[in-house]
Amino acid sequence: MAELSDQICQTIDTWRAKFPNSQARSAVLMALRTVQDADGYLSDEALENVAAYLNIPLAQVSEVVSFYSMYRRAPEGQHTLAVCTSLSCHLCQAHGLLAHLKTRLGVGPGETTQDGRFTVKVAECLAACGGAPAVLVDDQHYHECVTPAALDALIDELSESKDTADG
Amino acid sequence: MVEHLDTVCYRFKSVKDSWTLPVYTEQGGYAVWKEIVKTAPAPEDIIEKVKASGLRGRGGAGFPTGLKWSFVDRTAAGPKYLVCNSDEGEPGTFKDREILLTNPHQLIEGMLIAAYAMGMNVCYHFLRGEFALPFQRCEAALAEARAAGLVGEGILGSKLNIEMHNILGAGSYIVGEETAMLEALEGKRAYPRYKPPFPATQGLYGQPTTVNNTETLASVPMILEKGPEWFAQLGTAKSGGTKMFSVSGHVCQPGVFEVPLGTSFQTLLELSGGLASGRSCLAVIPGGTSMRVVPGDQMLSAEMSYEGMEAVGSAIGSGGVIVMDDRTDLAEALAVMMQFYQHESCGQCTPCREGSGWVSTLADRLAQGLGRSGDVDRLYTVAQQIEGRTICAFGEAISWPVSSFIKHFRPQLEAGIAPANQAVEDGQ
Repeated sequence: MAELSDQICQTIDTWRAKFPNSQARSAVLMALRTVQDADGYLSDEALENVAAYLNIPLAQVSEVVSFYSMYRRAPEGQHTLAVCTSLSCHLCQAHGLLAHLKTRLGVGPGETTQDGRFTVKVAECLAACGGAPAVLVDDQHYHECVTPAALDALIDELSESKDTADG
Repeated sequence: MVEHLDTVCYRFKSVKDSWTLPVYTEQGGYAVWKEIVKTAPAPEDIIEKVKASGLRGRGGAGFPTGLKWSFVDRTAAGPKYLVCNSDEGEPGTFKDREILLTNPHQLIEGMLIAAYAMGMNVCYHFLRGEFALPFQRCEAALAEARAAGLVGEGILGSKLNIEMHNILGAGSYIVGEETAMLEALEGKRAYPRYKPPFPATQGLYGQPTTVNNTETLASVPMILEKGPEWFAQLGTAKSGGTKMFSVSGHVCQPGVFEVPLGTSFQTLLELSGGLASGRSCLAVIPGGTSMRVVPGDQMLSAEMSYEGMEAVGSAIGSGGVIVMDDRTDLAEALAVMMQFYQHESCGQCTPCREGSGWVSTLADRLAQGLGRSGDVDRLYTVAQQIEGRTICAFGEAISWPVSSFIKHFRPQLEAGIAPANQAVEDGQ
């Protein structure tokens, strides 16, 4: 079984050090995030590796993975576009953005484009209601007051960055 | 012009690089903390000042902060923990993010003061998992404060040790419930705990713990700098100080406005650019979607204070003010809200786990015009059966919006009963 890379272990150790010595389990949330950021998703093997590294039962890793919404158990598109549909964003045409994504990319919430570039998601309140409708890109970049035109520009930009990376 | 606008937590919103230590210090920041470290005042005196300021928990529950702090036994054996709750996620609320982005040092100073007052040596600052940029700001600020000797071991050459850590969540609304946050910090599913025991006696790792909201803690340095009387007098007799209101929905310039408690809703509406031309205010949710909805006309004469919101049958909650104008399809709005609660129910308590699904299904059906005869009453009954039957207040967060929508806007919901289904009832 492939083990966690040194770099991943170092990052996990940094999180681990924030908690008391006897509380390795506390680091599981960020250990999983660290592995997911590197691999793109959490495989069965990844869960076993995290459990082994923190020396906690696999069940304690699995129960966390199945609870929190930011963990992914399968690969997704290279970029994720999560449109907030909670009330403030809903009142500011968030569903229009989802419709626009469906037209532009041909996929709806939970789906990935055939070329593997984009996964469209629905997000619950991102605490960016003043910039409604808000879109969260790749789990961390906030885009606010998003219009269909802005969404098109964003998709173009993200597509180009991949082309550059490939080139 | 509103007096005392943006004077406490949001005071540096227009200051360049306000999130850096040099700028914060230049503005007088950390003076209170340095004085405390130097003079070692009695912790009880600090708690008395916080009590006298009238500061109440700004996360939603509104519990008096000084009183909460007084519950911790400073002499208890073993470690004690302070937890700062930056898991902002109540729909309509986006104020803590502004504090984290514009004023992280004031929050750090507030945490240090709170830890000192309660005899705590470790602070965990828990940010929601999506807050990548706020997390970076807080990490940078903490590194600066640590390098300056303000945080860590032997603070400013004294014998004081207070450690501080920024922690990221992994996506969950219920983590914002204080005992659920402790579970998350322990690396578990964020299931709210039974209370008692309360965190003050058995919190993180079974040790005495206090969980405070970001805005609450960030208010503390100013309260001590300018005095509890100054802070208290900014607000009303029953609601001391200022409050950050996040105004969103159908307003022309949504945003965060920190105003004295007791400010009229009209003023808040003007600050946020008002409604679009020719529109009227149909409904307002004044404290995040877990609070009761208030008809627009009642809000227009209401004041934004704990007692003012109680007078119109709702509550200030987290200060997330969602404005809906007369174009709003309220049945659809309710359905959108209930989808949120169904998605975010942690599943621990059966009434909430099952009830949130039923409520969402019924609200959705009405929103789509496919309601069946009696659906509005059914919706009410199901919601009522969740309330009071759950470990945490999530049950109320489902029930209050539902019952208030039905109370104030029943005809709009009844309109979602399909004509065919209506005919069945008429024929009976």
